[in-house]
Amino acid sequence: MNTDLDMYRENILDHYREPHNVGSLTDAAVHHKELNPSCGDTVEIFIKFDGDRVSEVSFIGQGCAISQAAASLLTDHIKGMSTAELTALTQQDIFDLLGFPVGMTRLRCALLGLKTVQVGLQKI
Amino acid sequence: MSKLSLTTAKIHQDFPMYSSEHRGHFVYLDSASSSQTPRPVLDAVNAYYETYRANVHRGMYQASETATKEYEAVRRMVADFIFAKEDEIIFTRGTTESLNIVANGFVERLEAGDEIVLTVMEHHANLVPWQQVAKKTGCILRFIPLRTDYTIDIDAARRLIGPKTKILAVTLASNVLGTIVPAAELAKLAHAHSAVVVVDAAQAIGHIPVDVRKLDCDFLAFSGHKMYGPTGTGVLYGKKSMLQTLDPLLFGGDMIREVSFENATWNDVPWKFEAGTPNIGGVIGLGAAVRYVQKIGVQGIAAHEAQLTAYALQKLTEIPSVTIIGPNVTKERIGVVSFDVAGMHPHDLATILDADGVCVRGGHHCAMPLLRSLGHMNGTTRLSLSIINDEKDIEALAAGILKAKKIFRI
Ligand SMILES: Cc1ncc(COP(=O)(O)O)c(C=O)c1O
Repeated sequence: MNTDLDMYRENILDHYREPHNVGSLTDAAVHHKELNPSCGDTVEIFIKFDGDRVSEVSFIGQGCAISQAAASLLTDHIKGMSTAELTALTQQDIFDLLGFPVGMTRLRCALLGLKTVQVGLQKI
Repeated sequence: MSKLSLTTAKIHQDFPMYSSEHRGHFVYLDSASSSQTPRPVLDAVNAYYETYRANVHRGMYQASETATKEYEAVRRMVADFIFAKEDEIIFTRGTTESLNIVANGFVERLEAGDEIVLTVMEHHANLVPWQQVAKKTGCILRFIPLRTDYTIDIDAARRLIGPKTKILAVTLASNVLGTIVPAAELAKLAHAHSAVVVVDAAQAIGHIPVDVRKLDCDFLAFSGHKMYGPTGTGVLYGKKSMLQTLDPLLFGGDMIREVSFENATWNDVPWKFEAGTPNIGGVIGLGAAVRYVQKIGVQGIAAHEAQLTAYALQKLTEIPSVTIIGPNVTKERIGVVSFDVAGMHPHDLATILDADGVCVRGGHHCAMPLLRSLGHMNGTTRLSLSIINDEKDIEALAAGILKAKKIFRI
């Protein structure tokens, strides 16, 4: 029932304090924002492609350490990926990036960045 | 701190969640969300399922008669508890359903330009139904603001409540700030303009005295699960004259008097509002919860929680970078305390506290417009008290916050 505080290891807190790929991109092919209604976490994602592959990615976000670190790690991870690979990303990929599985209470935080990418992708 | 009004060690014996395997790392500070359940409530529910399980109002046999008798006896207990009459008590699934019944019932009676007055601190359950009414009817929502000390701005209320006001719907105590709303005073202002007064007592019930005569409200809603009762139980109180003219929300069995293929007439109040088989076991449990609260005594409960609230405010204020969001006084407030730790999201804090068995809530607490208007985009962390809490719980919380600050290097 009680959480393992492993999720607040230094690596995660570093991504939270100084997230990678922060900012907006003009003329991004994918530009989408999602909100986690229970806690107000937001992630707004920008992706540019070179052919079918991600050439540039950035995000603007606000919220808890888990949502923001996961978004930061995800933006590092998806550079160079094809649209098919982006679509195929799963919850497990996020757990692998974070280095731990996330329980029900924080799942929506952890998956917010992934949801933003995948919903944004469907819009193009 | 000075000796508490209630002896928690004794009270814990009533709550199975405090059985030995849990105790030691179970610091429950989230009763505002849902309370723990004492043994007498569980026993009452079980007695129904084990010894007289049957439907109510229908069977021509002993078990059904006992079930009907026990179910209807709770109506009387609840009526006595809030100083109402028996036929003014409707059983619902909870505050949300109760408020929806009222809001829905007024759709046909309001018109464009009419005004509904709420406070800025309503729970979504007492906001969203009125938004829907406003959309359907063209009436306008007005919001009583707060003063800087997080209390209701009564002068603004005087200006807002006027001849166009048809409904005043206010919480009795805020589930975010802990503020007690001067509902009786507001009701007087509203009644002067013949407006209908609706009170959301979800956070007040079982914590402070609730008396519908003193409030002089036309409707009052609360949930069983926030006052030691089972989930899925709630109450709508309505003045009889109001209930007689209010349209029901749900249609079906039990709520009718006579049905033809084309038409139906409604049963008497209150059954007109209880369509279908109700939550019989739950209502019987609710009756036991009312008895349990009465046995301990609402005055004693209020005193106990006020002492602990004072201690919590003191302990939290001592921690650097913690800000109380709500009245930093013990007067006119309940044991619901929201706070912010600079540099830490409420969800992260709640997760870290959970590692030590400290249960709090982090987020918007179903009051998104309030938190946004106060500038707390990430919501707040909230502790809420009940009879099961003592000073050790507050100390565990304070220690947990210090630990979280260390992890986050704040
Ligand atoms: C002030 C207030 N009103 C209404 C509700 C809704 O109650 P329920 O979820 O039991 O319907 C709550 C519960 O959180 C509340 O705190």
